[in-house]
Amino acid sequence: MDIIVCVKQVLDHDIPPRDFKVDEENLTVVPPANVSPVISNFDEYAIEEAILLKEAHGGKITVLTVGGNSAKDLLKKCLAMGCDEAVLLQDEAFEGSDPFGVARILAGAVKKLGTFDIILCGRISSDLSQGATALALAEALDIPSASQLIKIEVNGDTFRCERVLEDGEEVVEIMTPCLLTVSNEINNPRLPSVKGILMASRKQIPTWGTSEVDVDAATVGAAGSTLELTRLYKPDLSGNCEFIEADSLEEAANKLGDRLREDKII
Amino acid sequence: MSNDVLVLAERINDRISLVSSELCNIGRKLADEKSGSLIALLLGGAGTKDLAKGLIALGADKVIVAETEILAGYNNAAYTQVVDTAYKEISPAIFLVGCTSVGRDIAPRIAFRNGTSFANDCTELSLEDGMLAAVRPVYAGNALSHVRSKTEAATASIRMKAFSLADEDKSRIGEMGEISVSIEAGALRTSYIETKQVEAEGVRLEDAEYVVSGGRGLGGAENFEQLEKLAKLLKAAVGASRAAVDAGWAPTHMQVGQTGKIVSPMLYIAVGISGAMQHMVGAGPSKNIVAINTDPDAPIFQRARYGIVGDYKKVIPALTEKFEKLLKN
Repeated sequence: MDIIVCVKQVLDHDIPPRDFKVDEENLTVVPPANVSPVISNFDEYAIEEAILLKEAHGGKITVLTVGGNSAKDLLKKCLAMGCDEAVLLQDEAFEGSDPFGVARILAGAVKKLGTFDIILCGRISSDLSQGATALALAEALDIPSASQLIKIEVNGDTFRCERVLEDGEEVVEIMTPCLLTVSNEINNPRLPSVKGILMASRKQIPTWGTSEVDVDAATVGAAGSTLELTRLYKPDLSGNCEFIEADSLEEAANKLGDRLREDKII
Repeated sequence: MSNDVLVLAERINDRISLVSSELCNIGRKLADEKSGSLIALLLGGAGTKDLAKGLIALGADKVIVAETEILAGYNNAAYTQVVDTAYKEISPAIFLVGCTSVGRDIAPRIAFRNGTSFANDCTELSLEDGMLAAVRPVYAGNALSHVRSKTEAATASIRMKAFSLADEDKSRIGEMGEISVSIEAGALRTSYIETKQVEAEGVRLEDAEYVVSGGRGLGGAENFEQLEKLAKLLKAAVGASRAAVDAGWAPTHMQVGQTGKIVSPMLYIAVGISGAMQHMVGAGPSKNIVAINTDPDAPIFQRARYGIVGDYKKVIPALTEKFEKLLKN
């Protein structure tokens, strides 16, 4: 089974909100010092699912990402977890792409790779949360898709998948080649092993740009983006919390009950 | 391109979903500003036509229905094909969907295929110089972004509960239309098999007036029992943070947050929840938050009206007892 996984490099989503800073003038987020970028949360589950599928059915996993040089560290981590190959899609023309632009670049790279059975992606990115790249990629490649999956079962060239809904689960069947996006319930991503890290450090990660990937430069990058960012700021979240204090916690609970009654909340 | 606004309404069993009402409300405002019509689209199996009439009462000038057995269950390939046919016929200036498992699964495809912009999970929508402008929380709510469509035709999904519901006016008149569907199941590369609906025990999280939610600080699945006792008393729904769900202490459908449920109760009691931004996306619309946490610096307190710093194992039984007394009076 040939699997392609697309990942995104993002600001570490675990940084405490107080360390999260925005440069309002330049409309960018200022990463805190000494905090390295990470693989977007749901994409890690896509990597793990690819490895689980390969372990069960054999095959090869290729990881793709669009980004700068620092994204190579991320790709190394994917290789260390158990992926076979990785390609960095990097070009000045790619910078500032919106999800649709990224989808076009990825589609170009997928076509260059040749045949595949499935493409796995995370259901949504943990930074810009557009949830559009994967579905646009399926659209660009004219393949079927199933999103926010919590279970994937292989039955020959048909996959039986479970999608997580607002109020339950939905079972769908999909024919390969297809694109699947995964939710966090699907598995528990492994940590890279020492052996994996050693093997990954010896692997070469090729870089493909506009000369390798067939993509119309006018439809990618900042110029090809369909949305203009006009403001970026931190929301005012101060709820003016009143801390209920008392000699004992039981008494504090008692006071809290009284306050909620006075406020007509209870 | 027309000046019309097209909204994708959704059917849940035998009713029109609440987000459809929000879509009609904001869609109506944008259509009026554009001097265009509000057109609502509803897809489904038997009985969809009858339900669709309700969308006129919610503000639609025209309702387009696609009713056929193959649309009875959600199927990305079938739905995308039908929505795209309607989209091309209407050529709307603005296409809106709910940020639901259906809406966000279709809209990016329609937008990409038709060359429009796409803004996901919007909490505000307006027009700026005739272009669709949106407010979107990004970085799991750590920042708010304002974006404006660069393409004249725009597509957006709206966050559930971020917009007010449309005022229902049953005397409104509008036009009913149909879209004929000629899809052969065998020609599709995806097929719908079944839906496993999780029946919430007691009160549904989304509808609850009171929610008691537990997080990593609870320390184990068995400790949710304490919360359930309090919840039963308040006729509250029990929720959980993603940390508690990931630890296996609570099932997925109890998760409150960006990828779980968005709740808007009168009172949200957060127990042992630190208040990570992605959790607050789901808990944020609550009218009042009470936080109980051992860490006085937990971000949840920044969002709370009342807070108690301390061990919930002491606070919750005492609070349950207190509520018992209060509710008797």
